[in-house]
Amino acid sequence: MRNKETLVQWILAIVALSAIAVLALIIIFIFKEGSPIIARLGLTKFITGTKWSPTKGMFGIFPMILGSIQVTLGALLIGVPIGLATAIFLAEMAPPRTSRILKSAIQLLAGIPSVVFGFIGLVILVPFIRQWLGGPGFSVLAAAIVLGIMILPTIVSVCYDVLKAVPPAYREGMLALGATRWQAIKMVVLPAARPGIIASVILGMGRAIGETMAVIMVAGNATKIPVSPLEPVRTLTSNVALEMGYAIGEHREALFATGIVLFIIIALLNTLARIVARPEKV
Amino acid sequence: MTDRRVTLLFAGITGLTIVVLVFIIGYIMVNGLPGLTLSFLLESPREMGRTGGIFPAIVGTVLLTGIALFIAAPVGILTAVYLTEYTRDTWLPKVVRFGTESLAGIPSIIFGLFGFLFFVIYLDLGWSVLSGALTLSAMILPTIVRTSEEAIRAVPDAYREVSLALGSTRWQTVTSVVLPSAKPGIMTGVMLAIGRAIGETAAVIFTAGSSLRLPRTLLDSTRTLPVHFYILAREGISLENAYSTAFVLILLILAINIAAHTIMNRLTGKER
Repeated sequence: MRNKETLVQWILAIVALSAIAVLALIIIFIFKEGSPIIARLGLTKFITGTKWSPTKGMFGIFPMILGSIQVTLGALLIGVPIGLATAIFLAEMAPPRTSRILKSAIQLLAGIPSVVFGFIGLVILVPFIRQWLGGPGFSVLAAAIVLGIMILPTIVSVCYDVLKAVPPAYREGMLALGATRWQAIKMVVLPAARPGIIASVILGMGRAIGETMAVIMVAGNATKIPVSPLEPVRTLTSNVALEMGYAIGEHREALFATGIVLFIIIALLNTLARIVARPEKV
Repeated sequence: MTDRRVTLLFAGITGLTIVVLVFIIGYIMVNGLPGLTLSFLLESPREMGRTGGIFPAIVGTVLLTGIALFIAAPVGILTAVYLTEYTRDTWLPKVVRFGTESLAGIPSIIFGLFGFLFFVIYLDLGWSVLSGALTLSAMILPTIVRTSEEAIRAVPDAYREVSLALGSTRWQTVTSVVLPSAKPGIMTGVMLAIGRAIGETAAVIFTAGSSLRLPRTLLDSTRTLPVHFYILAREGISLENAYSTAFVLILLILAINIAAHTIMNRLTGKER
């Protein structure tokens, strides 16, 4: 009996290691395939180069790095205020039953596939921008709006949990001192929930920067650096997805190298989220 | 601002979020419904999908998701059992937890790149059902681990203590007491994972390929519903069929998600 238990424990430990094994495989394979070209071109030349022209052997991904940043910041500008306000309403203001139903409904947003978001952006948002704001419609703005909507469920659900974790005594103390509900939320609840809220923003950022299919369909994907939000843009993820289908040789290596850059950005963001969220958990 | 105004404003913003959700689903449904016939579901596509149906894409989706689940669900649930029932604060669970959390943050396009390098090329499985399913299983693993872990942690310790006091071993306690009590919670996680797998495009398109033919073996290339939809829409092959494909896709995902949330709400309802 004892032996069997030990055996079970060992088997479980080995199974449990599969997640870390997959992570290790991902890192090994992508770095092995992408790093030679970075070594050949030089890291600085690869990430600060402004020309992406695979047929001429020019691989600079600076426009894509900038594109990913612009689109992601735009998405945060749209998604964070709306998401936070929604979370505050659901956690602090709405009756529990309404709150539960609405929260489930918003979680359904998270289930809609990214291609569908992209498609709606393509048939509605892009023509709208083209007609009313000018430019080709395929733009930083279109991508930012689509991504802003896509990160809403993440922001709402994380902020909601964080707000709910603030001890009721904090609110009660404020209310007992004669504060209104909004004053209590603004002065006590939100500051107490700040680390968690910041963590939700970073998680949303990670989702936005990693999103591919929705962005491809609305961003226009030009490899130029956009100077206005109405101009087309290409992100790191789109760069990989657009050209992966036919790339060979050095070109393909450059796409994997793009993947490495993306991977590192995401890893940094996740580490940041973990650090920021930690004090709040204790 | 007064309390009332703030509440109204925030209620309005919440309303806006809901409106966007309803609009997206409604728009796809209204435009997709006319083309949705039984023959659309049961026929093979013709002329690259301009006419005909989506049967192979449905088969591809079901195969890929099913196999991915067949791999990820046992691994994920056992990992969760290990993390909750078999470890104290040693380095091993920390490493495991770091692995699952990191995996959860990796974008699907990276999974696609990895799947292409590892399964398609290195293991020489080619663009195939198997490559796609294996890639998806890696992608949904963290979801299953995390939700199963939560579900197992929610099982009261008293259950375990009674079982152990009656002379069961730890493993017997897990299989006959802990897992049955945690089953609804685990099911929720599994369903959320299914929803994610069905809707995935980027990780699948570079691993399962985009063949329109019905896969005969696990080593045949296939395309899933979101991939089919993406190709129809992006290459402008047929907007009408794209809408109908999206309709089927959304319907599938909504059904699964609603089922998952119903179970979850019933669970949290019970706790109160």
